[in-house]
Amino acid sequence: MDDFLAARFQMALSLGFHIIFACIGMVMPFFMAVAHYKWIRTGDVVYKNLTQAWSKGVAIFFATGAVSGTMLSFELGLLWPAFMKHAGPIFGMPFSLEGTAFFIEAIALGFFLYGWDRFNRWFHWFTGVIVGISGLASGILVVAANSWMNSPAGFDYIDGQYLNIDPVKAMFNDAWFSQALHMTLAAFASTGFAVAGVHAAMIVRKSNVVFHTKAFTIAAVFGCVAALLQPVSGDISAKDVAQRQPAKLAAMEAHFHTQKSAPLIIGGIPDVENKTVKHAIELPGMLSFLAHGDLTAEVKGLDSIAPQDHPPVAVVHYAFQIMVGMGVIMMAIAVVFFLSFWKRNWLRKIWFYRLFIVAIPMGFIAIEAGWTVTEVGRQPWIIQGIMRTADAVTPMPGIAWSFYLFTAVYTSLSFFVVFLLRRQIKMVPLIYDDKND
Amino acid sequence: MPYVVIAYLWLAILLYVLLGGADFGAGIIEMFTSQKNIRRTRKTLYHAIGPIWEANHMWLIIVIVILFVGFPVIYSELSIYLHIPLLIMLMGIIARGTAFVFRHYDAVHDNMQDVYNRIFIWSSFVTPFFLGVIAGSVVSGHIDPNAQTFAGAYLYGWMNLFSIAVGLFTVSLCGYLAAIYLIGEAEDENDRQRFIRKAKRMTLAAIASGAVVFAAAETDGIPLFHWIFGGPVGLVSVLLASISLVILWKKIRQPNTTLHRLLAGFQITMILFAISYAHFPDFIILKGGDHLSLLVQQAPYKTMQSLGWALLIGSLLILPALFYLYYSFQKNTKPPVMQ
Repeated sequence: MDDFLAARFQMALSLGFHIIFACIGMVMPFFMAVAHYKWIRTGDVVYKNLTQAWSKGVAIFFATGAVSGTMLSFELGLLWPAFMKHAGPIFGMPFSLEGTAFFIEAIALGFFLYGWDRFNRWFHWFTGVIVGISGLASGILVVAANSWMNSPAGFDYIDGQYLNIDPVKAMFNDAWFSQALHMTLAAFASTGFAVAGVHAAMIVRKSNVVFHTKAFTIAAVFGCVAALLQPVSGDISAKDVAQRQPAKLAAMEAHFHTQKSAPLIIGGIPDVENKTVKHAIELPGMLSFLAHGDLTAEVKGLDSIAPQDHPPVAVVHYAFQIMVGMGVIMMAIAVVFFLSFWKRNWLRKIWFYRLFIVAIPMGFIAIEAGWTVTEVGRQPWIIQGIMRTADAVTPMPGIAWSFYLFTAVYTSLSFFVVFLLRRQIKMVPLIYDDKND
Repeated sequence: MPYVVIAYLWLAILLYVLLGGADFGAGIIEMFTSQKNIRRTRKTLYHAIGPIWEANHMWLIIVIVILFVGFPVIYSELSIYLHIPLLIMLMGIIARGTAFVFRHYDAVHDNMQDVYNRIFIWSSFVTPFFLGVIAGSVVSGHIDPNAQTFAGAYLYGWMNLFSIAVGLFTVSLCGYLAAIYLIGEAEDENDRQRFIRKAKRMTLAAIASGAVVFAAAETDGIPLFHWIFGGPVGLVSVLLASISLVILWKKIRQPNTTLHRLLAGFQITMILFAISYAHFPDFIILKGGDHLSLLVQQAPYKTMQSLGWALLIGSLLILPALFYLYYSFQKNTKPPVMQ
């Protein structure tokens, strides 16, 4: 395998792995905090059991997320030393703050996991909330660093030199808000759906129904609220991308020709050679509307961008379709969930829970697809318009071997985590058997 | 402000060596524990490091962030020429962290525990060994940016006697720190004696491997002896470290845990101080005598300003919380309540 390609694959693999653990690690503490709060308020021991059961999952996910995040901070340099040499001082600000947030998260997690019956109940509860808040802050800061690569700011690029560096301006670049909002909602939606789905499966099997129903409700409320809000943030992101990265938007939509009243293309197979999309559904004027809020506005196509600056169209287009598709299905399920507040009898129907079981992986598929859109859509740039990815890669040959090694490590880690979670879930009836069931 | 950032870099390295080191050392102690006592040791270990191990390893992240934000050239040179040992160390970190958590949180206790234990023990050895190798390579003067061959650029920079000796020295220091730490965490007198014996052996290992480091430096043509004993500061630091080691062994039978820990920490601090003082402000010494200096290679003014402030404010938040964490989970604070 080509070293450059291997480096890109390794980075994609590492980020793709980390992102799932990071999302779960940053959202689950909020579920726990709710369950924990209910236990302290109502004294219902089922909520205490639920908090403890969840906290074991969080410990596993947090540790895996923390070590894979540590790996990433090294991999940035191991794979892209030229990028880090120039970008480090500019976009490093969010990382230095993230260091603090992450540290506080680790400290608070120590208090929370090992603090049962040792501390004042409210102090113990509060440490759990701190885990959530600092995790969320870490996530937002890391996304702010990524958004700088899409929307470089805080320096002047003159004759190949990075001058007048201002790290604060770099952190608050134009894309940070839209990206951070989108990612945060995605984390809540995907984790909420995945957790709700797992508990729904146990409800369908009629094991520990009281326990799993409480768990299901907490997770589903978080997931469904986020899923319903996500389109709004998606719209903000789309308008943002249209303005800053027309090439990315054009690739997302396989929009080859600059035109007014551009149609929104749903699905289809992009043919890059002939600059057409086969078998797609076209909604006239909708792309112009979504990108610029006007049915007749002109949307830049790939023809307005130099060919050597085109991102891979097919990958980005398919990934975007998958992300939006998953999002729409999750939104529909969220609507059903909120309707069940009135139609109480749905809560006793198998099909209702089956919806959530089917949706377990959807949020994470959407996240991986969305991440592909934003990263592959920026290619060939590592810093949009400033530095090419190919110029950033390490001079060391043989990166393919390192990629194989990482693939093996991440595959076995994923296997272990799934294996452990299955064992956790299997043990729930034994550890937390509820006499009221 | 650059000095503030450098001070934090030094402090983060020191704390990582002390806290992360004791943490790695716990696994090394486990490696040298007989089958008869292994269960007890594991239990003590778990209580001792369970709540704090993640926080201990955060210092490494702080070191890396300071390097890539504040000293990007140094970070990227290290990443290029020490790619392979860094990669192995990373594998060690990921294996160790996950194995430690998995073995505790696996809901079913069966022979999978053996797998976790084995991974935990080996990665506890490999990770600090390669950390030491990296540290040794940084000052060894073997890193050669002008090398024309793969081996010259990416292997010989760290595959030399000196770096390997520093690796072994680091491992024995970790074991030493952990043994001293565990003396205070022992659950009964029998265990206490066991950890004291371990500490004794680790001290001898550290002294022996320290001597090997000097011998290897001599063989590899590294003026380590001159660096450390060539000036009054190095001389005094080593002297103080030696005196404190003697005091520690005089007082080891007394139940004064805090004193033991402080003395052991003081020795490591002095060693790190002596070696970094000898080089300051240089961070990497390249083949042919070129230096990458922390003062020359620092990031632009505004970056150093904001990094310095971020570290100052961050430490105001972190340090009190961290102290409270250690305080709360010390053995004598309150009896641990099992879940």
